[in-house]
Amino acid sequence: MLVGSLLLLVIFAFPIWKIILIAPQYPSGVTMLIYLNKIGGTEPGTLQNVNILNHYVGMKPIEPDSIPELTYFPFIVIGLSVLGVILALVNKRNLFLAFGILLIVLAGLGVYDFYLWEYDYGHNLDPHAPIKFPGASFQPPLIGKKDIINFTAISLPATGIYFYGAAIVASFVSWWFSKKKA
Amino acid sequence: MKSTLNFLSRGLWAVVLVGLFLGACNNQGSNNQKAGMLSSDVASQVYVPPGQHDEFYAFMSGGFSGQIGVHGLPSGRLLRIIPVFSVDAEKGYGFNEETKALLNTSHGFVPWDDSHHPELSQTNGETDGRWIFINGNNTPRLARIDLTTFETAEIIEIPNSGGNHSSPFTTENTEYVVAGTRFGVPFPQQDVPISSYAENFKGTLTFVKVEENGAMDIAFQVLLPAFDYDLAHSGKGKSHGWTFFTTYNTEEQSTLLEVKASQNDKDYIAAVNWKKAEEYIASGNFEEMETQYMRNYYDEKKHMAFSETKTKVKILTPENCPGLVYFLPTPKSPHGVDVDPTGEYIVGNGKLSSDLTVHSFTKMMTAIENGSFEDEVAGVPVLKFDEVVGGVVKDAGLGPLHTEFDDKGNAYTSFFITSEVVKWKVGTWEVLDKASTFYSVGHIMIPGGDSKSPEGKYLVALNKITKDRYLPTGPELCHSAQLYDISGDKMKLLMDFPTQGEPHYAQGISAGRVKPNVKKFYPLEENEHPFRAMGEKDARVEREGNNVHVYMTTIRSHFAPDNIEGVKVGDNVYFHVTNLEQDWDVPHGFSVMGANNAELLIMPGQTETLLWKPTKVGVYPFYCTDFCSALHQEMQGYIRISPAGANVDLAWGLGESAP
Repeated sequence: MLVGSLLLLVIFAFPIWKIILIAPQYPSGVTMLIYLNKIGGTEPGTLQNVNILNHYVGMKPIEPDSIPELTYFPFIVIGLSVLGVILALVNKRNLFLAFGILLIVLAGLGVYDFYLWEYDYGHNLDPHAPIKFPGASFQPPLIGKKDIINFTAISLPATGIYFYGAAIVASFVSWWFSKKKA
Repeated sequence: MKSTLNFLSRGLWAVVLVGLFLGACNNQGSNNQKAGMLSSDVASQVYVPPGQHDEFYAFMSGGFSGQIGVHGLPSGRLLRIIPVFSVDAEKGYGFNEETKALLNTSHGFVPWDDSHHPELSQTNGETDGRWIFINGNNTPRLARIDLTTFETAEIIEIPNSGGNHSSPFTTENTEYVVAGTRFGVPFPQQDVPISSYAENFKGTLTFVKVEENGAMDIAFQVLLPAFDYDLAHSGKGKSHGWTFFTTYNTEEQSTLLEVKASQNDKDYIAAVNWKKAEEYIASGNFEEMETQYMRNYYDEKKHMAFSETKTKVKILTPENCPGLVYFLPTPKSPHGVDVDPTGEYIVGNGKLSSDLTVHSFTKMMTAIENGSFEDEVAGVPVLKFDEVVGGVVKDAGLGPLHTEFDDKGNAYTSFFITSEVVKWKVGTWEVLDKASTFYSVGHIMIPGGDSKSPEGKYLVALNKITKDRYLPTGPELCHSAQLYDISGDKMKLLMDFPTQGEPHYAQGISAGRVKPNVKKFYPLEENEHPFRAMGEKDARVEREGNNVHVYMTTIRSHFAPDNIEGVKVGDNVYFHVTNLEQDWDVPHGFSVMGANNAELLIMPGQTETLLWKPTKVGVYPFYCTDFCSALHQEMQGYIRISPAGANVDLAWGLGESAP
């Protein structure tokens, strides 16, 4: 339980999600990396390059400063980690179970929030965009692969998510073993 | 499927070859030789499939173009022309405000030169892919090109020189690159009768120190008689510490040289002990001479070249510096001097002879120790010919010019008059093979062929004459390179390809030694150009008297600002254009109507400046010249020019903010 809670802090070091855009002119792809507290890429200029691509079809520029989640998500995760540590010290097995379920619920909410942002970027288009595709959506997939105009967009969970998953597993394992002991 | 394709492609090549053969037969008789040793598998040897990279970079001197051509081998594909000594309107080189300083000399701005010999930097005698150097022959200069950007990083002028031909051959660890004068000149330059040549004229051999960061400066000059110092190569391995220069015109003539400078049976190879020179410099055994030369260097952070004037040079004279220089008698006006990979053999390519004279470094050292001198010329001991010759390659051809080496103990020499490359064995001096060139080969190049570790897979012959080899293009025809497979016992001609300008020497290097270090763009946050605009928020126009500074940015697909007013006839308009892109292969161009110079071609993260002097009232468009995106055609703007003294306020903007 203690280890699982501390694993949550490791997430800060890794991207939690990645979106890869592939097109003939981008043979090695443009890989955008989404962290708990920032948006970057495999190259220093990735975000600028994604925004340049997006502006042709009128998508809003992705500006990390205007995404509040990047500010408050870190506090939620730190809070969860602290809560987990406290629960480990309190050492009540049902609380371990509750903690695991809480992590799952919050993960679900997080993914839903991510979906909403994707939907917003993909549908909320500038009517004066230089290139218009009537009825087209530029929303990247939540998970998986999708062809968007000349690009193939691939969206996948990244390393950080696995630590979160490990934290969930750890809380259930703690719950299971303390049950056996009792 | 695959075998069908194979069959088809082979069939196709057979048809092409038969066609070639028949076509050639119609023109002339004996064409077996003309087609060389072509056989049906040759095409696959030079074929690099779409999207794949060549195995080697080849850097071809541009000769009278003043530039360097970068080709891939074995395909021969032209990858880039690096502007070095000549202005290049395509890239704005020498036209934009940033690069003009690279072409400064003590004679002012010199926008052209004649570049002959590219030379890669070396570490432990091996090409290391850091830089390539090249000489400017006409107004004596030496350039260093940075192989992370493939741009000219530095040009240094060589004083007391009449033509920088025996240059820029490097020492084993790029301690020095050398610059020997081809033409004797008065020393120092002065108004004297040309007929006083032998009395007033001198020749200098210049050693240019190369620092760890590449910066160059003249370490010292060796003052010698006014012979013509033709070519050079430095020792390696056991002969590290020495540099060898060929001479002709030891007759010291100043008119009708083709006859008068061809009278002596033997000229010299000058062997300079530069480690000894370092000792003399350290002990103060030199004269400091007042002179003037310029050093120009490009600051990659400021994206701008700077010039500095130097006024002093250290002169070493053989009379005062015993052991510094020895002359090795070498028959028949030797042209190239080439040192084998072991450093033992020094090949003198006596261009008016049919033999090649090869000196032995070991014998040279013994002769020096024993004082086996036959003469002394201007304080330089002349070693006894028989005491230094290591071997002679007999009757190999006519007009030997240059020799390169492979990694199997063989040497390859170009013969200009008999238009062939001759392969011979180092040590036994036997001729192993001959291959015709089309036509009149000058230099030859094997990747690493003048280093300690040649990569003996291909040989490139650089030919002076092409005549009927290509579709005719009027009186002026292309020069050419020919690629030979030298991996087997016999040389095999693979193909011809045209080169830009006139190729003299070339250098080749495994792509793997260069490719990993190549920069994709300049980080914008490192841009220190004094007129940079780090984002569109920085874009603005400022007036200082008659000078108008436009801080302009580019990003797909617009300029900021793209509407400018309040500029007047008689103003000097400086367009300082910063390319905000941070992605590979997204340059933007900038051109404005009526500009008397050229365009700008700005790499991502870079700032470049075009000076525009409007002469007529009106509204003039400017636009991006490099097709940058789907909206490239929309990447345009206007600048309004009012009459001198008009009362139009300076205003600028983009979109909503446009005036």
